Amino acid sequence: MGAERRELLMQGNEAVAEGALAAGCRFFAGYPITPSTEIAEYLSVKLPHLGGTFIQMEDELASMGAVIGASLAGVKAMTATSGPGFSLMQENIGFACEAEVPCVVVNVMRGGPSTGLPTFPAQGDVMQARWGTHGDHPIIVLSAASVPECFSLTVRAFNLSERYRTPIILLLDEVVAHMREKITMPPAEELEIFNRVTPTVPPEWYIPYADTPSGVPPMAPFGEGYRYHVTGLTHDIRGFPTARDDEIGPFIKRLFRKISQNFPDIHMSQTFRTEDAEITVIAYGCVARSAKRAVVEARDRGLKAGLLKLMTVWPFDRSAVEQAARRSKVVLVPEMNMGQISREVKRVNNGVSTVETLNKVDGTLITPGEILEKITEVLS
Amino acid sequence: MKEVTKLIHKYLRHDKKFPHVSCPGCGNGIILGALIRAIDRIGFAKDEIVLISGIGCSGRMPVYVDFNTLHTTHGRALTFATGIKLAKPELTVIVFMGDGDATAIGGNHFIHAARRNVDVSAIIFNNNIYGMTGGQFSPTTPYGMKATTAPYWHIEHAFKIAELAVTAGAVFVGRETVYNAKGLDALIEKALLKKGFSVVETITHCHIQYGRYNRLGTAVDMLKWQRDNSIPVEKAQKLSSEELEGKIITGVLVDRELPIYQHEYDRIRERAREIAV
Ligand SMILES: Cc1ncc(C[n+]2csc(CCOP(=O)(O)OP(=O)(O)O)c2C)c(N)n1
Ligand code: SF4
Repeated sequence: MGAERRELLMQGNEAVAEGALAAGCRFFAGYPITPSTEIAEYLSVKLPHLGGTFIQMEDELASMGAVIGASLAGVKAMTATSGPGFSLMQENIGFACEAEVPCVVVNVMRGGPSTGLPTFPAQGDVMQARWGTHGDHPIIVLSAASVPECFSLTVRAFNLSERYRTPIILLLDEVVAHMREKITMPPAEELEIFNRVTPTVPPEWYIPYADTPSGVPPMAPFGEGYRYHVTGLTHDIRGFPTARDDEIGPFIKRLFRKISQNFPDIHMSQTFRTEDAEITVIAYGCVARSAKRAVVEARDRGLKAGLLKLMTVWPFDRSAVEQAARRSKVVLVPEMNMGQISREVKRVNNGVSTVETLNKVDGTLITPGEILEKITEVLS
Repeated sequence: MKEVTKLIHKYLRHDKKFPHVSCPGCGNGIILGALIRAIDRIGFAKDEIVLISGIGCSGRMPVYVDFNTLHTTHGRALTFATGIKLAKPELTVIVFMGDGDATAIGGNHFIHAARRNVDVSAIIFNNNIYGMTGGQFSPTTPYGMKATTAPYWHIEHAFKIAELAVTAGAVFVGRETVYNAKGLDALIEKALLKKGFSVVETITHCHIQYGRYNRLGTAVDMLKWQRDNSIPVEKAQKLSSEELEGKIITGVLVDRELPIYQHEYDRIRERAREIAV
């Protein structure tokens, strides 16, 4: 044993499952759906061996409910699904936001709307991930572009959910989920794992939804002496339903503040050759891979292109995008949808540079060639 | 009376949560009382109880009691309960649901929880109506009755919740009225002690919505109706289906042994470990 690195050939979905186990996930509830099913299948083998629980529920509403229940009992929990199932999960995702229950939801995006294209990739759920559940709420959404990222961002998703007591959505797409790539597995002791903060005060002093400097109250697992009330109704600091405006407002604002005051910790992005870029491609998920290749080829042709890859999609990484916009004449946003993140880029860019889009919704990947062509066209 | 005061002090969040939201005369409080009495008699510690509810008038009950309490989404209480029980099997998990909660929006979860046999007790508040939203018909509103969304008369036929639970595979199923509070106490006690998925269908009155639209009188009139129309299951077995039309069959409908999900899953864990080494 010891600090040995293992090099493996692994599928994206399997890497998500491995990442979850490494992060300490010991509960999975789900309902089969392409192209996410391998995550469930993999965990159905591994979890019982680790003393954890895998359960196939009757639908995705149930899966999300069971995940929240397990987390309230103190166990790190996740589910994985795709578009139709993600739609069904929305109500209970909102419950997890409102009641501040850590959990991870993986959505392997396929073409939509409705049953759409079960076995083809798409990026059509980016806005749904942000606004899919009703009501004003913050949410953290990550996007993985490679098999190693499937692993590392799943670990990160659990850490963020535990730190901020909030559901985390991890977006994959059919390409990233199903491709096989080399992954170097870090030894367990090198992984940084965060576990939710539990109360240290005696039960009679515990205030389950108290405001704290971090905005995140300590969370007591059910059954350990801290008897309290958890509800999807808007509640006071003790967890009891409230109709008082002086309690409602501060509660909702705290939910936002616990995320917004920690943007530097939450935002993850990577830049590639952006220093002198005249055009910066902003991409995420499988499209970021094509974009990187396109940037390399553009540079070979003497075109000053760069890439900003977003790994945190929501909350939107305003400062990274603003920097890119300020530096380049043009920003190009290729997406496998009709333009979801590009709207946000335009909003943030606010006329500083030109924002070009490249949208594809035919179930095929945006190729490096297509991005390169657009770069060439725009710069000439 | 002294006994009641003792229970109030021991189990209610009396300093925090009162007055409550139920209408005066509502039957729901009797069910909550029956649960508290059953828990007290069994001697469960408050820390080991998780009381979960869905949405509705019934869903508002857990907030008043000093257990680990969880008020979930409409129809989904059993799914949260499944997660909690599997994650921490040492907890005693009890679920309160309305008739709409359990058999309309949550119908799928209900039959699957019964089939799966996770060790959870489900107590259903059957008041034949959607109380909280103001009196729309539910899956247990009888044919021909009125509701705000059946202003002429109701043309669908009612579920028999307890019988549904029997068919779906619950190991313990009983039915009782709030009129017979003592019987309800005993039935809930049995359900809590039973290992596996147990169901208690409680017939309760919503005089404010269901009673009012159908001119069924006051809460007391509706309680008397429960008294006059209940037939213990032993007696019901000797009667024809015509004679049982519109009657409430009370008592234990089924009490059987079936493999419990957590125990089965423990065997899976053992097997997975054997293979792994
Ligand atoms: C998803 C969803 N749909 C609808 C509602 C509105 N709603 C709240 S309670 C309720 C019905 C409650 O009836 P029942 O379950 O019979 O419980 P009761 O109020 O009679 O105890 C409805 C439809 C909701 N809260 N959530
Ligand atoms: S509306 Fe009906 S069920 Fe709801 S509290 Fe009033 S009487 Fe009870």
